[in-house]
Amino acid sequence: MNILKAKSITLPNGKTVPVKRSKTPLIIVVLLICCYYSVQITGFNLQVLTKRIGQFWVILVDMVPPNWDYISKLWKPLFDTIKMSLLGSILGAVFALPLAYFASSNMSKNKTVVVATKFILSLLRTLPTLVAALIATFIFGIGTTAGTIAIFIFTIAYIGKLLYEQIENADLKAFEAMQSMGHSTVSAFRYAIIPQILPNYLSNAIFCFEGNVRYAAILGYVGAGGIGLMLNESLGWRNYANVGMILLLLAATVFIIETISEYIRKKLL
Amino acid sequence: MDIIEKHLLKEPKRTVQNVITAVIVIVFLVWSLTAIDLSNFTSNGLAIAQNILHGIVTPNTELLFTFNKTGVPYLLLETMAIAFLGTIIGTILAIPLAFLSASNIVPKPVAFIIRLFLIFVRTIPAIVYGLMFIRVTGPGPFAGVMTMALVSIGMLSKLFVDIIEDLEVNILESLESIGCTPFEKIRYGIIPQLFAMFISVAIYRFDMNLRDAAILGLVGAGGIGAPLIFAMNAYKWSEVGSILIGLMVLILFVEFLSNKIRNTIVRG
Repeated sequence: MNILKAKSITLPNGKTVPVKRSKTPLIIVVLLICCYYSVQITGFNLQVLTKRIGQFWVILVDMVPPNWDYISKLWKPLFDTIKMSLLGSILGAVFALPLAYFASSNMSKNKTVVVATKFILSLLRTLPTLVAALIATFIFGIGTTAGTIAIFIFTIAYIGKLLYEQIENADLKAFEAMQSMGHSTVSAFRYAIIPQILPNYLSNAIFCFEGNVRYAAILGYVGAGGIGLMLNESLGWRNYANVGMILLLLAATVFIIETISEYIRKKLL
Repeated sequence: MDIIEKHLLKEPKRTVQNVITAVIVIVFLVWSLTAIDLSNFTSNGLAIAQNILHGIVTPNTELLFTFNKTGVPYLLLETMAIAFLGTIIGTILAIPLAFLSASNIVPKPVAFIIRLFLIFVRTIPAIVYGLMFIRVTGPGPFAGVMTMALVSIGMLSKLFVDIIEDLEVNILESLESIGCTPFEKIRYGIIPQLFAMFISVAIYRFDMNLRDAAILGLVGAGGIGAPLIFAMNAYKWSEVGSILIGLMVLILFVEFLSNKIRNTIVRG
């Protein structure tokens, strides 16, 4: 019997059913080869890891107990971070709507516009937020403005993509009915499509804000303002008790915002 | 008054709620506007913006197509290797953690403790992990791999838990009723359900790790981030342009590929 021939099972009624050949062995081999080369390139070494893993805990141990006195200096940067992500998220979400309108193939009839807008959105999405923040600090100077711009760009790209996917999947019956009654495309979009996508759109925007607070916290590392600035400073001075305080405060903030946002999103959907 | 108008009037009036929501949003918006400070924005900024755009349009092609250790292709390869190995290690670590925090597998208290631990792991920013691992491994891509692995655990195990908790139990019952051993139940009842979804999530995370790997360069943990930042601080915009172009092409390509693979995996 030929090895390459697929196995088959003969049923009692005489039919033969071929057994699908599993691709798992091939995938595993490919993964192992990739692993091998990645280990070579990155210099991964398990021995070093097991021998020196104790060093990993040094910083972590230094963080406890956190420096509670430091908290009085943290409120302003913390609120700066929240402001940055709030403004960036709101503006980004608002500007994403027209972009998503032009990017959805069932709304704008011009193919070039659709392709161009989609391309711009995915190009913006590839730009890592931290790199965007870095570029923004060069243009807008060091401070929260740069961070806001970086978050704004990320939010437009993220919400825009989710939004145009929703618009493309939306039910068009009401939209077509309104058009046939003489509404223009834009006004039909306003009254037929927006009510359909609104709950999801708001929910995504809030979710994005939640993630942005997390992101905004590190943006300070490149000078884009907020609590990341303090984090960078404390790390630079190796003052790990302060770092512990910052992380604790950050964790509490993120937890509170996550709880609120989850509550609102549950109400929305 | 016809039927349509009656229905229209029956619709509950939400004016009060809408006004309250609008006021809250506007108050927040105004409050956050105080974060904007354009005093640092000078004509200098415009010139720099122009330079950056010029650099991206006219990249340093020599850097873009040099195949040695400082060329963009090698840096991209290194970034990919970091993201790949980080994802693999992260997935291997996340699977047991996910099973331990799934409330339909282990007792509730255990699941709760592991979940708290995972929230804790997720809160620490990648940069701090990077610094911690540099103490262990020294600066370089090795530290980047470990950082990526640790950063991935949080999201991976969260998504894995969702998949595990959605397990179809009926299949296990029917397997049991035809006399399968526990091992057979796991092999034919559980693994086929979980495996495809797990791989799909892992590929998605690889996609994200590739973007995040650019951050690691900040603390000296390898990848394309460090050369990018050096080039920026030295105002070598054409180098910045070539690195950014390389990064964008790679990310777009990997995203396209990962979407394709995930679609085929999930649809079977």
